[in-house]
Amino acid sequence: MLVQSKRIEPKSGILCPNIMLLEFKEQGLYCPVADVYIDPWKPVKRALITHGHSDHARWGHQHYLCTTTAAPVIRYRLGDISLSTVDYLEPITVNGVRFSFHPAGHILGSAQIRVEYRGEVWVVSGDYKIEDDGLAEAFEPVPCHTFITESTFGLPIYQWEPQEQVMQDINDWWRKNKADGKVSVLFSYALGKAQRLLQGLDPGIGTIYTHGAVENTNEIMRQQGIALPPTTRVTAEIDRKDYIGNMVVTVPSTLGGSWLKKFKPVSLAYVSGWMRLRGARRRRAVDRGFVLSDHADWTGLNDAIKATGAERVFVTHGYTEVFSKWLREQGLESAVVQTAYGTEEEESSTESQ
Amino acid sequence: MQRFAELFTRLDETTKTTVKVAALSDYFEKVDDRDRLWTMAILSHRRPKRTVNTTLLRQWAAELSELPQWLFEDSYHIVGDLAETIALLLPPPQSKREESLTYWINFIISLGSLDEEDKRAAVMEAWSELEPVERFIFNKLITGGFRMGVSQKLMVRALSKYTGIEGPTLAHRLMGKWDPATVDFQALIIEPSDSDNLSRPYPFYLAYQLDKSTEEIGTPAEWQAEHKWDGIRGQLIVREGELFVWSRGEELVTDKFPEYHPLAQLLPNGTVIDGEILPWKDGRPLDFNDLQTRIGRKNVTKKILEKAPVTLMAYDLLEWEGQDIRQHPLAERRKLLEELVSNHPSGGILQISPTVNYSSWEELAAERETAREKHSEGIMLKRLDSPYLTGRKRGDWWKWKVDPLTVDAVMIYAQQGHGRRANLFTDFTFAVWDGDRLVPFTKAYSGLTDKEFNEITRWVKSNTIERFGPVRSVKPTHVFEIAFEGIRASTRHKSGIALRFPRMLRWRRDKPIAEANTLEDLKGLLQV
Repeated sequence: MLVQSKRIEPKSGILCPNIMLLEFKEQGLYCPVADVYIDPWKPVKRALITHGHSDHARWGHQHYLCTTTAAPVIRYRLGDISLSTVDYLEPITVNGVRFSFHPAGHILGSAQIRVEYRGEVWVVSGDYKIEDDGLAEAFEPVPCHTFITESTFGLPIYQWEPQEQVMQDINDWWRKNKADGKVSVLFSYALGKAQRLLQGLDPGIGTIYTHGAVENTNEIMRQQGIALPPTTRVTAEIDRKDYIGNMVVTVPSTLGGSWLKKFKPVSLAYVSGWMRLRGARRRRAVDRGFVLSDHADWTGLNDAIKATGAERVFVTHGYTEVFSKWLREQGLESAVVQTAYGTEEEESSTESQ
Repeated sequence: MQRFAELFTRLDETTKTTVKVAALSDYFEKVDDRDRLWTMAILSHRRPKRTVNTTLLRQWAAELSELPQWLFEDSYHIVGDLAETIALLLPPPQSKREESLTYWINFIISLGSLDEEDKRAAVMEAWSELEPVERFIFNKLITGGFRMGVSQKLMVRALSKYTGIEGPTLAHRLMGKWDPATVDFQALIIEPSDSDNLSRPYPFYLAYQLDKSTEEIGTPAEWQAEHKWDGIRGQLIVREGELFVWSRGEELVTDKFPEYHPLAQLLPNGTVIDGEILPWKDGRPLDFNDLQTRIGRKNVTKKILEKAPVTLMAYDLLEWEGQDIRQHPLAERRKLLEELVSNHPSGGILQISPTVNYSSWEELAAERETAREKHSEGIMLKRLDSPYLTGRKRGDWWKWKVDPLTVDAVMIYAQQGHGRRANLFTDFTFAVWDGDRLVPFTKAYSGLTDKEFNEITRWVKSNTIERFGPVRSVKPTHVFEIAFEGIRASTRHKSGIALRFPRMLRWRRDKPIAEANTLEDLKGLLQV
């Protein structure tokens, strides 16, 4: 067990002493009674997957289980795997342990996994956000005894404006760039954030172009029946002049590279929760930073935890020590758990190379 | 303050200088004289004195945000900027108050005369009436160190665009002492009278480091060479029997250097000399450190004067017989300077910086190698037919510094940076071997690329051994080549040595930690 701070003993009388419903093992979160892992980072036999981001859905397990809406992207990313799906709230029982998936609001198909055994309830939240973004199934608090939470933005400096306000700012920026004869380029993560942006962009302003990595995910979601506005994949055949006044949605790895050269004159904007800090924005040398995240902000994390009614909270990734200490001061039992989450996409405060 | 906040936002949203100049000149047009003067003052590092200490600000901000103090401090460590941390943590404003920039600056100045309880009430009230960006600016004005991504040079360009007055003229008018609270915009910028000019220095001409071979800049006959002395660049003015000494940071330091006071009588009126304030004893320069400790003192005592007396090593003559001669060629100015120094013997208070006699670049390169033993930083190259320009310019002047000393050291502690580098580990402590122990001997913050800082940050996060507040000890793994300009014995450091201008020259991924240098190696450099 890799619990860092104080060791927390399970409530007596619920489980056998020294056996926890979920354990923190070298391979990941493990349920010994059911012999399954949740979001394991090393190859295992049976893995329940909260969502398709690569630090949670990893390659190499023998069998995967995720929600019906999360499956197409996971298949696309991991290729030919043995994958079963389950609908939200549809229970699965393994050796007396009852598992069910509940909306986490992080990205399309993302889930919190509820684990119940002899009246004891744990919830593994994966990554989550509270605000309904209109694309991901809206977060629902799940009452439990023990809650396992992320804390990517677990500091009070991280507070989000409503999505509607941010999208209005982004559309205003686009309009201004159009008036100035510029191409607008938005950097955002290919899975989740990009589609969320597409839903909020005003197609009345101009054409929306996309980088291949974004467009591939768009295609999968469209096949799932998700309504996204029309987009055009950026290709070498398109006349550079056609981009003027229009929007390009791309991935962060293109920042500073030659792919961007075709857009001129240009205004660059990065969309991420990290943009809340001036330093983080200036370091990326973009013109604008829009604060929009698929993770809960400080208030969101605290509200979510309160809503579960949990007495005990394990904190997996992000500003773990600080957030866990804060929770202890609020009268909860809390400890930090070392995991391999938080290494990709928005969860890392440093850019991916 | 809305206009100033808008200006700040516009400046913050662009990295292009043309856009910044346009934003600033638009702003100059819109605001009144007083706001304009205060903006010019802020952008040329003339700020009101600090009236509230930051410990109090932190306490009050935590209190108003209803957060425990430790959480406020942890947040501050992550943000890396106190003004920004406070602005981010405070609850939304309760009401709206529209006042000018000048109003808020006067408000901050007036806090100085209040007792702690009244200060607290005043600051808390201001916080609850300002929008987030305005709050950030307000906090920055209180804490000082306001950088808006606008250099003084850029501000002068914008002012030039707005007034139609040429940049170098404006730069000169902005030099020296003026108080934005009382000065008249018309009198300072548009039509200054001579009486205001008495103490006004000329803008300094600064050189870039030579970034090509000496062959590429021409022949030795075109260039004057002299040593680059390691003191404080200064400008000495004698006008109407009065003496003024300015440092390069535009600070009036006349009182700090009583040695120069006799020059008020010795030199003719209407004389302005550019030179180096240099600690000097027994016919040779002392260590820069001796001068630094002297500057730090409030009073110049007899003991200090004996320990670290200064001379003025004259480089250039800017004003002669009351005439601004900066446009005359260097050769001509140098001749006048030589005559001035030899015709007015000062007993060594004023010396001329000797030129190096050389006929080939090889000869000059050999002279440069003697820099360290002569206590100079290298060679200065100045084109003989060049005028004295304003600010840092390429082409006519070059610094040709001696190569730095270097040592291979092991990174053992890491700390997050501030501002642009917040959230990244950028401040490191380095160690060398003393037997089988690693002894810390220096910190270094600069020299790596953003990409390397990103990489090392990820590494630090997963290789932390222990945390001491914001500092983390890490597994000794990485070797860096540390460059520095000088080394001296120090009783204040555990290692017994102190470095001047240490920075990371290279990340030596090829070197295992066993091959890092030893304390013995470092101490050997003390002899150089």
